[in-house]
Amino acid sequence: MVPRDGIPKDPILWRGGLEGRRPSNLRRPMTRILATRLAQIALTLAILSFCAFALIALMPGDPIEVAIAGDPRLTAIDAARLRALHGLDQPFTTRYLAWASGLLQGGFGYSRLFAQPVAALLLPALLSTLALAGTALAIALVAGVGLGALAASRPRSAPLVDAIAVMGQAMPTFWLGILLIIAFAVTLGWLPAGGTADHGLGLSYLVLPVATLAAAHLAAYARHSAASLEATLTEPWIRTARARGAPESRVLLRHAFPNAALPVLQIAALDAGALAGGALVTETVFARPGMGKLLYDAVMGNDTNLALIALLLVALVTMLATLGADLAQRALDPRLRER
Amino acid sequence: MRLRVGALLLAVAAPAAAQPRDTLTIGITQYPSTFHPNIENMAAKSYVLGFARRPLTAYGADWRLACLTCETLPSIENGLAERETTPDGKAGIRVTYRLREGLRWGDGTPVSSDDLRFAWEAGRDAATGFGPAEFYRSAYELIVVDPRTVTLRFDRVTFEYASMGDFQPLPAHIERERWQADPRTYRTRTAYDTETTNPGLWNGPWRITDVRPGASVTLDRNPAWNGEAPAFRRITIRTVENTPALEAQLLAGQVDMIAGELGLPIEQAIALERRTGNRFRFLFQPGLIYEHLDVRLDQPPLSDRRLRQALLLATDRRTITERLFAGRQPIANTGVNPLDPMHDADVRQWPFDLARARALLDEAGWTPGPDGIRRNAAGERLSLEFMTTAGNRGREAVQQVLQGMWRAAGIEARIRNEPPRVFFAETLSHRRFQGLALFAWISAPESVPRSALNSDEIPREATNWSGQNFGGYRNAEMDVLTQTIPEQLDVARRREMWRRLQAIYAEDLPAIPLWFRSDAHVWPQWLEGVRPTGHLNVSTLWAEEWRVR
Repeated sequence: MVPRDGIPKDPILWRGGLEGRRPSNLRRPMTRILATRLAQIALTLAILSFCAFALIALMPGDPIEVAIAGDPRLTAIDAARLRALHGLDQPFTTRYLAWASGLLQGGFGYSRLFAQPVAALLLPALLSTLALAGTALAIALVAGVGLGALAASRPRSAPLVDAIAVMGQAMPTFWLGILLIIAFAVTLGWLPAGGTADHGLGLSYLVLPVATLAAAHLAAYARHSAASLEATLTEPWIRTARARGAPESRVLLRHAFPNAALPVLQIAALDAGALAGGALVTETVFARPGMGKLLYDAVMGNDTNLALIALLLVALVTMLATLGADLAQRALDPRLRER
Repeated sequence: MRLRVGALLLAVAAPAAAQPRDTLTIGITQYPSTFHPNIENMAAKSYVLGFARRPLTAYGADWRLACLTCETLPSIENGLAERETTPDGKAGIRVTYRLREGLRWGDGTPVSSDDLRFAWEAGRDAATGFGPAEFYRSAYELIVVDPRTVTLRFDRVTFEYASMGDFQPLPAHIERERWQADPRTYRTRTAYDTETTNPGLWNGPWRITDVRPGASVTLDRNPAWNGEAPAFRRITIRTVENTPALEAQLLAGQVDMIAGELGLPIEQAIALERRTGNRFRFLFQPGLIYEHLDVRLDQPPLSDRRLRQALLLATDRRTITERLFAGRQPIANTGVNPLDPMHDADVRQWPFDLARARALLDEAGWTPGPDGIRRNAAGERLSLEFMTTAGNRGREAVQQVLQGMWRAAGIEARIRNEPPRVFFAETLSHRRFQGLALFAWISAPESVPRSALNSDEIPREATNWSGQNFGGYRNAEMDVLTQTIPEQLDVARRREMWRRLQAIYAEDLPAIPLWFRSDAHVWPQWLEGVRPTGHLNVSTLWAEEWRVR
């Protein structure tokens, strides 16, 4: 937190008071930054696709070997015929190039495991995951940061917030999920134990999985935001703001929070990317279709097309979320714009 | 505000309310990878399609073959089966099937000989990608006699000539054009997977009306069905792979029953029965799932038959089944189930006898060492690698118990487990296990274990690792029996051959028999008429008989 060029380091004062006098050399063109980052993302995806394809190809037991082990009627001739039909008799590089060229032409391919086009499977899974993970993340963020702010501004409440955070982090997701199911679905009968609604939005089906998923993330946000706010509240510009007579709520929300939010924002961006890959445990316990379960089934079932596209999609969302967080940080912290 | 919260809670609680009794929701643990009856072979598909389409023949709950869409089961006696010589001079047989009158697809189109012809043509074409093709290779000609009658000619005579297995009518009016366009890509364009809710695909009591990949399948009554009227207007099959979650959905009333064919592990079902009293009905149906230990027979020390016998004598199977499975799983003496008509009750048995096990090991030259583990004359420890599927809690528990029991006889078992895919597709099929492998076989009634016991079926690279004689068992008499039993049409003679096969098995122990697994069926008290079979033909093939009490 070293002031540069005589600009006060309190970003709020800097933003509010000195915006018009900001040196022009501090701003790199946003389009250039975006172009560079998007090119990096494309390159990463290309490398990732090759590595993932190679790893899946190297996994022991191709689908035909699995079928042979389970069906005594499959003869050697059947095995050779089916292997050729699925293209598994081709060398690895040939298969990868065929897959990549299909993808570049817009073909996501066909899922062997679900006998459906990959695109038709991904969309509903992604929407289901976004509904679950998006809601859980939003709730965890709001509640976690709220608890963090409470702990930082009211030191007496800190032990309670700490206890909640420790419980949230220590409790395994599958265990919490089962507890919630026993309490609210089996014993009280208020909410469904899992699955999705046959018709409509099925909000009731979201309550328990969202609560389960949010609990674990809430703890992390509460602890990080509390620590960050506690550190920020000791900064000189906070003392200045208080000395000027600003009310404590204004000090907290206008002066301290935007600075303290930076690390939490970064964690949230990483969480958003990770959650796009689905919450496998939560989806499994609550029997909810989603990206996590789809990806797991695809990898375990040796469904190369589905696994690869799902992996690349998750990677893309993670990288875009990180990019979004970086841009948001640049907007919040002017020092980043100097770099 | 409180009122709003209350209203919201009521609103969200509504879907969990009780369902009317003309619907049935079933929980299973697997989702079908395809809905095409002839592409891939998996239990979940068989279970779901049992409601929606019917094969020509199937084995019933009494383990006897019966017609489902045909009128009369062909036999030599009724003249619908005739022995003949094939054009290339081999012994062959021709069988004639007549489709049941009034059988129609869901769109009203009659099920006809053309549908059988199309199924046969598609299966005969290697490019189509149907699974096992032996049936289609053997059925070298299909003759359409009339719109409801076909004759199939086979180039091999077996006692199972009347069983059509997976062969069944496919809707030619929907599928033939797609198949003819390009047989190689037919499996990705079949209407069964691209238009699963097309009523013309289904000829059973229900037809599929909604599909949620990985989650659920909904079936509604098929108005074109002319058989016994089903009791349920709608059947929903939910896939919940995690069995505690499946149990929770049952207890919460979200699913009415759990299918035994694809449901709870027996130990979980036993615990559930104890906890829930008479809230549900439980049936533990012994079946053809044969839990056993495959043995690496072509290398020491297990190549010595006395050692295999000692292992079995040192295994207290009765205690294991009583303690772990509440005595619900019958002990196996060979791979032939006691419910099978060819089972020989007098076959040699190996009840737990630790003293005899020790004596046999002494006789084989394995004497106790200082640590209790036996050693041979060369000083080698009697230590066996013991594998099974990692993550299968039931099997892992059995494995621990067996390890302890064998130690008492001076045999060390080194546990090394692998994920199922690696275990089955690599380790077993490529014969990379070194000692013992714990897993299960499933088969059909009177299924000759040729693939597991004939020496031609030892997997090797030259045969693409096909065959299931993983242990490398070689016995000339067993080779002859597994080859000739299928060709013997006389039941009495065949029974004698089966008796001999079981006698050799019980003496040689090419695998260590443990028990036959039971399927745990969990039904609501108000449901009746479900008849579990315990074999590959699932109970849903007779689901129109299910009733509300």
